Amino acid sequence: MKPAPFDYYAPTSVEEALATLHNLGYDGKVLAGGQSLIPAMNFRMARPAALVDLNKIRELFYIKPTSDGGLAIGTMTRDSAVEKDPLVAQRFPIVPFVIKHIAHPQIRNRGTFGGAIAHADPAAQLPALSVALKARFLVRRQGGERWVNAEDFFMGPFMTVLEPEEMLAEVVLPPMEKGSGASYQQVSRQKGGYAQAAVISVVVVDENKRCKDVRVVLFSVGETPILSQSASKILVGNVPTAEAIAEVAEKISKEEVDPGTDIHGTAEYRRHLVKVLVRRGLTEAFERAK
Amino acid sequence: MAGKYVHQSILRLEDPELITGNVQFLDDIKLPGMLHAAFKRSDYAHARIKSIDVSEARKLPGVIGVYTAEDFGDYIKPGPLQVPPPTAIKGATYAARTTMPIAKDKVRYAGEPVAIVIAESRYIAEDACDLIYVDYEPLEAVVDLEKALQPGSPLVHEDLPSNEAGHVRQERGSWEQAVKEADLIIKRKFFINRNAGAAMENRGIVVQWDKHAKQMTIWCGTQSVIALRNQTAARLGLFESQVRVITPNTGGGFGPKINTSLPDDVLITYLAMKLDRPIKWFEDRRENFLATTSERDQVHYCEIAVKRDGTIVGLKDFFYHNTGAYNPYMMTVPLNTQTHTVTNYRVPNFLTEFYVVFTNQMIVTPVRGAGRQYGVFVMERMLDAAAKELGMSPVEIRRKNLLPANAYPYYTSIIGQDFVEGVLDSGDYPSAFEKTLELIEYDKFVKEVQPKLRAEGKKVGIGVACFSEGTGVGPYEGARVTVGGNGKVVVTTGYTSQGQAHYTTFAQIVADQLGVDVKDVKVITGDTGYFGWGAGTFASRGITVAGTATHLAAQKVRQKALKLASKILQAPEEELELADGVVRVADIPSKFIALGDLATLANPMRGTMEPGTEPGLEAVAYYGPPYGATGAGAVGLIVEVDPETMQVSLEKMAFVHDCGTPVNPMVVDGQIHGGIQMGIGDAFYEELIYDENGQLVTASFMDYLFPQATDMPKKLVLGHMETPSPLNPLGIKGVGEAGAIPIPSVFTQAVENALWDTGVEFDRDTLSPSRIFTYVQQAKGA
Amino acid sequence: MAQTVKINVTVNGKQYEREVEPRLLLSDFIRHDLGLTGTHVGCEHGLCGACTILLDGEAVRSCTIFAVQADGHEIQTVESLGTPDNLHPIQQAFIEKHALQCGFCTPGFLMTLVDYLGDNPNPTEEEIREAIDGNFCRCTGYFNIVEAVKLAAQKMASH
Repeated sequence: MKPAPFDYYAPTSVEEALATLHNLGYDGKVLAGGQSLIPAMNFRMARPAALVDLNKIRELFYIKPTSDGGLAIGTMTRDSAVEKDPLVAQRFPIVPFVIKHIAHPQIRNRGTFGGAIAHADPAAQLPALSVALKARFLVRRQGGERWVNAEDFFMGPFMTVLEPEEMLAEVVLPPMEKGSGASYQQVSRQKGGYAQAAVISVVVVDENKRCKDVRVVLFSVGETPILSQSASKILVGNVPTAEAIAEVAEKISKEEVDPGTDIHGTAEYRRHLVKVLVRRGLTEAFERAK
Repeated sequence: MAGKYVHQSILRLEDPELITGNVQFLDDIKLPGMLHAAFKRSDYAHARIKSIDVSEARKLPGVIGVYTAEDFGDYIKPGPLQVPPPTAIKGATYAARTTMPIAKDKVRYAGEPVAIVIAESRYIAEDACDLIYVDYEPLEAVVDLEKALQPGSPLVHEDLPSNEAGHVRQERGSWEQAVKEADLIIKRKFFINRNAGAAMENRGIVVQWDKHAKQMTIWCGTQSVIALRNQTAARLGLFESQVRVITPNTGGGFGPKINTSLPDDVLITYLAMKLDRPIKWFEDRRENFLATTSERDQVHYCEIAVKRDGTIVGLKDFFYHNTGAYNPYMMTVPLNTQTHTVTNYRVPNFLTEFYVVFTNQMIVTPVRGAGRQYGVFVMERMLDAAAKELGMSPVEIRRKNLLPANAYPYYTSIIGQDFVEGVLDSGDYPSAFEKTLELIEYDKFVKEVQPKLRAEGKKVGIGVACFSEGTGVGPYEGARVTVGGNGKVVVTTGYTSQGQAHYTTFAQIVADQLGVDVKDVKVITGDTGYFGWGAGTFASRGITVAGTATHLAAQKVRQKALKLASKILQAPEEELELADGVVRVADIPSKFIALGDLATLANPMRGTMEPGTEPGLEAVAYYGPPYGATGAGAVGLIVEVDPETMQVSLEKMAFVHDCGTPVNPMVVDGQIHGGIQMGIGDAFYEELIYDENGQLVTASFMDYLFPQATDMPKKLVLGHMETPSPLNPLGIKGVGEAGAIPIPSVFTQAVENALWDTGVEFDRDTLSPSRIFTYVQQAKGA
Repeated sequence: MAQTVKINVTVNGKQYEREVEPRLLLSDFIRHDLGLTGTHVGCEHGLCGACTILLDGEAVRSCTIFAVQADGHEIQTVESLGTPDNLHPIQQAFIEKHALQCGFCTPGFLMTLVDYLGDNPNPTEEEIREAIDGNFCRCTGYFNIVEAVKLAAQKMASH
């Protein structure tokens, strides 16, 4: 299990990285934390011709508060750095809670926040989390940049809107609204293992405890993170009763997800999990909303 | 039997070096000029090889050679049987189709080697594998155990009339009679799966040929240095003395490392000679999953005949056993299944019959437990089913049928893996069972805790299961004990170690006999250069068989020391004692001679020697038991099941075992712990899954779920019993596999109990939340 | 000839300058190029944890990092902990609690725990299990490892 040969580039600035990516075109592959890519290379399931290693670009490692109460996270910030950051915990308590479910500590010490998003594994937490938190991504290329909403970023399993010469540079999390509550529910075979089904719920309630906004994002049960439509249709403007939540859970599990059967679970079981987890997640999120 | 050291939990002597990284494991070996090997493995489970093009691979810089079957000529032939066929069993039939070192004409499992590359580095060797092009004609794969025997099934070995690899039928008493006597006959079908050994260190081999000395050295983490040496020598036309096999420190064995005459050792020994360069092959994890032997599935059709009061009058078990593509290990696993079906309970009439089946899957050989847990699973499940039908509790039906404490020796009438009739040498099963109930607080749980938690909506369940473990079987092991002029003792044995603490436990045995500090006893295992006789590490027989041989050798040395010291100290032997590294007159401590000085005198350089005297304070002893010593015990488990997600949490486990005299109780506990982890894997996580094309879909730790720390029971209580075995002087029984054996049985029972209101009944092991969910859905629908 | 890159790495306090192929895994570099064979390799896909080392003080898997990426960084391996005569408290605790059998996975556990106990000197049993969840052991069932970590925490606190 040794990787096939590749050309290696280790730029020390973003500009240099973008120039390298530009020159390499389809041959170039960004190496961030490498915790998914390198195992795949060891199995020789991935054989990039060239790797552009971002680990020497110090300017991509940061967690900065934004003036509106949100956060900007440099793409190379290690998962464990985000997990342990006090400002993240204060502004987005759901974030460290979700990150704790990513693999194991040694992986989180190396894996990166932006890398996991750009990798777009349908079973990964951070793509779904970014959708749930209405994240915006700064995508850069040589001589240009664009902003992409998390919702519009994921195209399929391991597929995003990123062009070969582009790089995800920064993730911006807009502030949580007043009256927000969030919950993360996951079922996996083992701690740190891939989710068989998982849901991140972010809700906002008004002073009358009515639902102002709700984002229920499911993953591992479809090709990309799935932002539920029925949740907002049913809940927004209403008091989230147990019945309403149950209705949402039922509807999502029946209509909005498409889990497959794999060696660890049948599609039926995973669809059932979605129903259970959405109910638990929404209940918890509304309880936490304040 | 306790001594100054035996029966004491002394800390392991091997640990300080081991824990600081100061030891050598296989892949740490680096020899001048060493080359590296990689295998090109079949992508198909079953296919004819039309052609193999290695021309591009050969051209790659750094590649020394690329070889296919045709490059080896007549050297390539099926390897020898590793275990004899069961000719001792009347009417047993078998077809032996042993391992091909490299596929010739046809591949029979996905992962079977079709070419081997030798290169300057493993990286380059793998690059070259990518450049080998094999043209296959795919054939339908034989995957399903039962379909494999149906007429018209594709054949794994086309020279055989069917995929049947063997058939054994044994009967105790008369099943027919049992049917007549029974009030009730209950039938069940079980599907049982089994896991990989998955030692943390993969397999590997380093071979060096010294063409001047005509001497081959093999480093290999094998469980049997003797088999590897002998088979290598025979194959290459060498004397055994020309081949030295050394086991470096080995990172776990668990069964699969017992195998010899596999592609790696057959081909690499040959190529190291041919190329006159040392060669290393160190298996990677993917290869370990694909191509290292493991256990697999059995399908059982079972009937139990009971009286209305729960008394068993008979059991009939008919099963199919998957042996994979070849069967070099013959029938050890299914024979263990047969014997262990009825070794805990009184079963006057027992009919057991199995078919061994070839499939296009990896070869099946023993993994910790080695088929015993299938037998235990079948029996325990049948008791659960009978209890339910009869309205009894699982405890009551077991109490009713457990072999009583006065039943030993108990003859089972069933011939086992050691080809003699099973005999339970000693034990006290009812006490072990009662102790387990106590430790798991069975009554309290059932009467108080469970009703309360159930009222709160919690799904908690309890299970309790019994097991036995036939251990320490023959044929024999040997050891040499030598006292040096430095007063220290060295023990050498042909036995091999993979972490079982032999360097400590064997030293404990010797230190007690010779009165030396245990730290002054050095144990050398698994090096044919030191000791060239023995069978190998299997069937939990290390401390029982090799440990007893060590004990006997130490006793002989003791006798020699006493005899010589008696002359020198001019005192009768009866008045002498061995202690503190000296032989002294018991009443006159000042009158002594150091053991080291005695050893020097025992090897006189001039003068005469009394006829019949052998030089040195040294002795060799061999020990071969007439049959194995049977350990036993019971386990209780409390689980909580999330009734929606079917996640199972292991709240508490109580495990009571009896392995006779524990030479080192701390080490015994460790063995149980490890077994439990493997049993939990077996029950709930680990599974080698082949798809309908015979592709292994769990060839990585991403898909093959290895039990982690958070998967273990939150609380574990061990209970100890000591019923010494009458078979050996120390009263030892093996314990290496005990922990692994009863876990699937107790797990299924406990989960069933937790979900009692669904009426669910499990007919298989290796459950998962999804499987439990499906069972519950089916039970609801029924 | 394959591309090679010159790297400077500090391992256990000692500086090494080596030419490496970019694809060389850090685990292979440490073991075979530097001869520090205390770090073991069990899966090469980032699951088993046997190859865990400290990279700039943090526990990582050395099988899923390329050696070139260690350029300019500091590494600690099991060889940096203790010697047979002068064991690290975690090593001592492992021995006293019989937390190793074959010993193959042990270096990975030790390095994980050096990092973990440094940040969490007084963990609960549940926290310990989670801390070692990314290290596989086939021999011990983890029971004695958990006990050893408790003891190690005590030993380190009293140091």
